[in-house]
Amino acid sequence: MVTLDGNAIGGLLHEVFGADMTDAEATCATCGATGPVAETVVYLRGPGTVVRCRNCSGVLMVISQIRGVNCVDVRGLTTLGPHQGTDAAG
Amino acid sequence: MSSPVSRGFRHLHRSSVGQEGRVPPGQYVTEGFPVLSAGPTPHTPLQEWTFSIRRGGDTLRSWTWEEFQALSAETVTADIHCVTRWSKLDTGWRGVSVDTLLDQVPHDAAYVLAFCDGGYTSNLPVKDVTGGQAWVAFGYDGQPLQAEHGGPARLLVPHLYFWKSAKWVRGLELRDRDEPGFWESYGYHIYGDPWREQRYAGD
Amino acid sequence: MARAAVRGRLTWQIARVSSVTRETDSVCTIGLEVPDWAGHQAGEHLDVRLTAEDGYTAERSYSIATADGEPVAITVERLEDGEVSPYLTGELRAGDQLELRGPIGRWFVWDTSDGGPLLLIAGGSGVVPLRAILRHRQRSGSEVPVRLLYSSRTLADVIYHHELDQYRGAAEVSYTLTRSQPPGWTGYSGRVDAAMLSEIAWPASQHPLAFVCGPTRFVETVAEKLVALGYPASRVKTERFGGT
Repeated sequence: MVTLDGNAIGGLLHEVFGADMTDAEATCATCGATGPVAETVVYLRGPGTVVRCRNCSGVLMVISQIRGVNCVDVRGLTTLGPHQGTDAAG
Repeated sequence: MSSPVSRGFRHLHRSSVGQEGRVPPGQYVTEGFPVLSAGPTPHTPLQEWTFSIRRGGDTLRSWTWEEFQALSAETVTADIHCVTRWSKLDTGWRGVSVDTLLDQVPHDAAYVLAFCDGGYTSNLPVKDVTGGQAWVAFGYDGQPLQAEHGGPARLLVPHLYFWKSAKWVRGLELRDRDEPGFWESYGYHIYGDPWREQRYAGD
Repeated sequence: MARAAVRGRLTWQIARVSSVTRETDSVCTIGLEVPDWAGHQAGEHLDVRLTAEDGYTAERSYSIATADGEPVAITVERLEDGEVSPYLTGELRAGDQLELRGPIGRWFVWDTSDGGPLLLIAGGSGVVPLRAILRHRQRSGSEVPVRLLYSSRTLADVIYHHELDQYRGAAEVSYTLTRSQPPGWTGYSGRVDAAMLSEIAWPASQHPLAFVCGPTRFVETVAEKLVALGYPASRVKTERFGGT
């Protein structure tokens, strides 16, 4: 099973959150690791899209498209927000 | 806005015309066997593998891989239906009937929760995994079940959407109440009958 | 750059295919006319959606192969078991419509203000967004030092070969061929390994910025090795491509 990363769901996340989220910083509720959404482990083409923490494999987000509506569960995240700290220019 | 048809685009699946009665509503027949997963493929060594029946925190019965292989197994041919709309007809499996397993454990539970390496779960009524309707399958198409398809063993419950047929299954937890497993808790139907198109909660 | 900020909702729109150009036996570049295109950053991608007559839809993402200011194009590799790529590389022709949305992907982008030195590492079709970065760097007149290491199966599989060869001087381009090499080949052979990377990669002390793109396993192997060379994980940007 080939996994992808958060870049692959940039469009879907834009639908859900109304903005490009690939560079948003996500904090895993299971292990506390933080990192850009682009670096998360993404499982596509299943009943829903499962986004997992690269550090501990804990589920961060699940997005299911149900009757035309994006249903997003973010209980696996502690935070999801604009990226902080070192970036490309840092 | 409705999407324009892409000139000349034909999808890989074939339609179900000619197979009415075998293909549930909204499904396409596929020749391949798509690999869908909600998480990383576990690799439990067989010498560490067990299958358990549990209830309320207690293990009622457990089999090692060797003990499991010594149980009487069946060859099963079944059509399988994935909620993502592909169906695959006449798939061939080898496995131990769940009847064989539950017969060894006196119980009065009405539901089971299948639990798996990697944390996946699916919930089912006991009456849907007994009476010759469910297996713990370790062979597919004449070969040992590959890890990406759920090997060493997966649950096989062909009359329900295939997300119920939990990959990398390690046991069944007997329950009094029907509690949602993985996909059920993310909006998928608690029962999942493809013939009534029970894809999502509320269908 | 003000243009990037004006982008609004990400909506599906119908583009017109202006050209389909074969790059290699299995790779085509599709030129697109996208109405109301507001520009894009190098490294971003598009989502493409195909609809069959019975309403079945399939969506895939493809990196934008060109720099901002050039006509929008994607480069697509035909995958053997693919559902969408055989259509895009085999059936689609100029004049057809293509439903798409984009640009998408603010993480895996490079602009001149991001600086360098830049290390670009491509596996197979992973070269597409990196070529967009190279083109953008050239068009903007940037003198940020850049090295590209590009892994392909054979010489015939090297996408944009002629164009990449023309960068010599402006960018250091190295190739490795993993399956077979032509007689007299002076480039690298075999998979990207620690030895190859330690020859090519900028020293970590120069605070380089790396972009790694290609199949998942390739990206993860390379990224791990760059981190082992001292690159901070935050300075190694990755984009994984998959199969169908």
